[in-house]
Amino acid sequence: MPDIPRGNRPLSPFMIGPHYRLQWTSFSSILTRITGNALIVGTVLIVWWLLAASMGPDAFATADAVLRSWFGDLVLLGSLWALWYHTLAGIRHLVWSTGRFMEIHVAETLGKAIFGGSFVLTILTVLILWLV
Amino acid sequence: MASYTTARKRAENLGASGDGTHHHWTNIVTSVALVVLIPLFVFTFGSILGRPYAEAALALSNPFVALVIGLTLLVGLVHFRHGVQVVLEDYAHGTPRRLMIIAAICATYAILAAGLLAVARLAF
Repeated sequence: MPDIPRGNRPLSPFMIGPHYRLQWTSFSSILTRITGNALIVGTVLIVWWLLAASMGPDAFATADAVLRSWFGDLVLLGSLWALWYHTLAGIRHLVWSTGRFMEIHVAETLGKAIFGGSFVLTILTVLILWLV
Repeated sequence: MASYTTARKRAENLGASGDGTHHHWTNIVTSVALVVLIPLFVFTFGSILGRPYAEAALALSNPFVALVIGLTLLVGLVHFRHGVQVVLEDYAHGTPRRLMIIAAICATYAILAAGLLAVARLAF
């Protein structure tokens, strides 16, 4: 029995741009992917800091200086926002997996909510960690 | 090459990916765990970063802190390893795809091992 021919099949084109206007649903989906992947940068920094702390005061001083520099602050603050955004987007996917909130206008609203919510959570986290 | 198994037999229970829903299910389970772990990690790690060495080392030797950081790194990086594979499957093809997936998985496990080693050294 011959197998199904697998060559020359049409591929779905990349739609965003001339054919497809970016919407809250697609924007929030793409941002989920970007934040999830970008979080590896902050993860590597934190793992390096932990490893340095486990090695002693000298190694710790180097890593700690980098993490607490303006560059470290920028990466960690960005990672904090990315972490909250990705978490909210993930919760949205878990809810969608139950079949709820799939209607287009509700999905659009959810996109706006997780985008706004990620900034609220980031500011709240910074305030809490600052004050406590 | 001709195959003696029918198309239906090859597809049954496995879908187009060849391993069914296992990959997706793994990321569902890890994402549920991370909903709990991420807030714990953010406030645990966040309250330790910025302290001087002696204080930070003491805080990191606490078993609860070590568990939160260790579990978050473990579950988070397993989640990452599966997520990054989907991205590579979407945008890369053929041999480069396979090589990049292998490289990404190996790098992720290296980062994970380094993190767990650090957490263990600090806890003991």
